[in-house]
Amino acid sequence: MKEDSVTSLLTTYLEPEAILLGLEADSDVEVIRRLGARLEALGRVRASFVPAVLAREATMPTGLPLGGEANVAVPHTDPEHVIGAALALATLARPVSFANMEDPEERLAVRVVFLMALDDKSKQIDMLQKIAETIQKPATIAALGEALTIAEAMAVLDAPAAP
Amino acid sequence: MAREKVVLVACGTAVATSTVVAMAIEEEMKARGIPVSIRQCKATEVPSLIDDVDLVVSTTPIPSGLPKPVITTLAFLTGIGKDDVLKQIEQHLRA
Repeated sequence: MKEDSVTSLLTTYLEPEAILLGLEADSDVEVIRRLGARLEALGRVRASFVPAVLAREATMPTGLPLGGEANVAVPHTDPEHVIGAALALATLARPVSFANMEDPEERLAVRVVFLMALDDKSKQIDMLQKIAETIQKPATIAALGEALTIAEAMAVLDAPAAP
Repeated sequence: MAREKVVLVACGTAVATSTVVAMAIEEEMKARGIPVSIRQCKATEVPSLIDDVDLVVSTTPIPSGLPKPVITTLAFLTGIGKDDVLKQIEQHLRA
């Protein structure tokens, strides 16, 4: 069966153990720590990864405003902290405040977080573009927020691009 | 043949967001028939690399008062305001 190979790229990098649905967290720091711990346990990132992501988020935040109350964040850091490219995903039970990438003074209510472990920009262009595409579809972000099982979340991310 | 314009694309760590933005700008300018060469850098490196570029596009705030035009935008990541930003970029590069 011919598949749009780009659409399953996200799940190539996203192991079920790296998906936390309906996460209850009180801060961006907590979300990043919880997701980062999963990537570390999976052997995708070094112990230095989480501190590096937190340090970066504190000065160069990754909140992306989508125009409503369900915004997205894409925390990440330099490749030296990454063993193998991977993605971790959290949908949040209640909004957590992340600062806006474009205006760090502004806080955004975030509901979906993609923690990105990038080891070489030229290899992850497809993954990055797919994440950008996903972020640009409000229906997809809403569906992700509502997914109750890992299988559902992965199916939302794998859904073929609209014609 | 128009001189190729140089766009400097900046983000926080020059790994992720600037790659997406760089590719989007390259594709869109090509579609508009504007020859463009893209360079990527970290936001902190912009002042030292700005001399021979025509335009800076950044996803994170960069110092103000630079000698070249700067557009700070998330449009290539969020899709919001993308058409407007592309028009702005086109205007700068056709100037």
